[in-house]
Amino acid sequence: MPTIAEKIWEEHLVRREEGIPDLLYIDLHLVHEVTSPQAFESLRIAGRPVRRPDRTLATVDHNVPTEGRDQIWDDPLSIQQVETLRTNCSEFGVPLYDIDDPRQGIVHVVGPEQGLSQPGMTIVCGDSHTSTHGALGALAFGIGTSEVEHVLATQTLPQAPQRTMAIEINGELSAGVTAKDVILTVINTIGVGGGAGHIIEYRGEVIRSLSMEGRLTICNMSIEAGARAGLVAPDETTFSYLEGRRGSPVGSAWEQALDHWRSLATDEGAHFDTTVTLDGGDIEPCVTWGTNPAQSVPVSGRVPDPADATSEAAREQTERALRYMDLDAGTALADVSLDRVFIGSCTNSRLEDLRAAAATVRGRQVASGVRAMVVPGSGLVKVAAEAEGLDQVFRDAGFEWRDAGCSMCLGMNPDILLPGERCASTSNRNFEGRQGPGGRTHLVSPQMAAAAAIAGHFVDVREWEMR
Amino acid sequence: MRKFEAVRSKALPLNRADVDTDQIIPAKYLKRIERSGFGQFLFDDWRKDPEFILNEAVFSGSRILLAGANFGCGSSREHAPWALEDYGFRALIAPSFADIFRNNCAKIGLLTITLAPEDVEFLIARAEELPEAETVVDLESQTVATADGSFVRSFEIDPAVKRNLLEGLDAIGLTLEHEEDISSFEEVRPDRFPSTVSKDAPV
Repeated sequence: MPTIAEKIWEEHLVRREEGIPDLLYIDLHLVHEVTSPQAFESLRIAGRPVRRPDRTLATVDHNVPTEGRDQIWDDPLSIQQVETLRTNCSEFGVPLYDIDDPRQGIVHVVGPEQGLSQPGMTIVCGDSHTSTHGALGALAFGIGTSEVEHVLATQTLPQAPQRTMAIEINGELSAGVTAKDVILTVINTIGVGGGAGHIIEYRGEVIRSLSMEGRLTICNMSIEAGARAGLVAPDETTFSYLEGRRGSPVGSAWEQALDHWRSLATDEGAHFDTTVTLDGGDIEPCVTWGTNPAQSVPVSGRVPDPADATSEAAREQTERALRYMDLDAGTALADVSLDRVFIGSCTNSRLEDLRAAAATVRGRQVASGVRAMVVPGSGLVKVAAEAEGLDQVFRDAGFEWRDAGCSMCLGMNPDILLPGERCASTSNRNFEGRQGPGGRTHLVSPQMAAAAAIAGHFVDVREWEMR
Repeated sequence: MRKFEAVRSKALPLNRADVDTDQIIPAKYLKRIERSGFGQFLFDDWRKDPEFILNEAVFSGSRILLAGANFGCGSSREHAPWALEDYGFRALIAPSFADIFRNNCAKIGLLTITLAPEDVEFLIARAEELPEAETVVDLESQTVATADGSFVRSFEIDPAVKRNLLEGLDAIGLTLEHEEDISSFEEVRPDRFPSTVSKDAPV
């Protein structure tokens, strides 16, 4: 009676030997400019080819500018890194969605969008948010550059066994509560290290009723709870998302695939090493107040008091976070005002996210003193949003409408916070300096970020009129 | 990969939990295409604080880093282990490490040692009190000890990781010894898995 994670693991077993990690086959390897140059260079030195270029796809996302792409970028190191990827892809035969390709985008938006991420697959990328692809029912996890090289050369990875964790969210979400709030609540519940050593399976009525976009948001942040991988068993939502996409099987192969995908779900009575249960009805729109993604409260709440911490170490950690964030204990989140708003990242930059944000801002104006930007997750998301007129809704409201990339999620391109600036962000990490040295990040859902841009401070979107 | 040899050195106490890889090496330094030279940027933002522990001269030359739980969480950037290794660290001791970070360390010969929280607390308190006191890490016997021998703890490690570290093995070379297994696996794979090589126009 295995879980879905155990089934996928066994199906990819190339070699098992007592005392050494299992050797797993990798079905899809996604590559980007930042974590790959040293891997290709080592292959070159060792005289090794890329074993399966047809199972490898590269794009540029971390460094690329999100405006003025037709001009010369003022960043020689980024240009060099992108040029290096071009050379490597060309030399090793790896397909590349380059900056002028309409399919270019954040690697974790591109894979599902192209239908390349499918149920039952193993998917890796030199990026910790590879857990995103678990939403399709795949076993997907982030790796480092040495492992990138290993997969390029062998299409396999040695993997030590992982424990399994069920996170079951039952009941129903209230209006205004999103997948982002669900995952922030999960991380707040189990902690930033709570999922370490585990593959998480998200289960229950709330997960079943979420769209594919919502599931992608949830699985994306598994790593913020310490789990390398998080997944959702495939169902009709998954199949209808995949049908007709570029990488999806067609004809009899589609039928065969469906049969197989249906067999992947965790068996009744399967054992999980850890089980966590939450009631969806208890989840509220969340805002992080600190410097790790577990440090969040409902928007109706207040900044915590370090004096309430349960240990000396926890008290010091809270004090440090509040000092960095320049927040006083007891402050109502609604009284926290903002300088910047960022809607984007592999967590929340898909069409559904942009629609929700647009409905929040339609016919309204960004508060004076706030600079707000929307960065679509891919070129195709951008085109689709423009076809619906969402770009105009954002522009009319005073948002900047940009080209696709990681952008201000990690501040490797010019989109960064200035020291001391405070940002409502739909991204995934509020670490110190993540969006630029000295910048202060509050993680929220697209609706919460959009409403905060209009109000100039955090507001409870459950009391907001959507248009 | 460099072979791991026993380490005897001062230990630098970084008494913080959940230290993420964005702190170990901020993103702006990830643009280099080389594997070396990252040590100068280690904890770059935190080092701007003159009181930050890495700035204390008494700890210079430490090859052992002591840290709080969940060390190395966040981004999968291998630049974080590269920076620690380039700075001079050979062994990291904490109550727990983030999974990807720990794997990345093992791949470059940087030893991560998990000890009980109270043992790490003891070593941190000792290093803070007696910065010059040495700690000895021996992978062969899987032990961490104070140089005076008054404190000795053994640690667990995956036997395969241990062997790779001690012998400085090339992981890819090891896997390629089983190339036939990979080929036979590929031969029996169903062919419905998507190819990234598209002859179609962009959809």
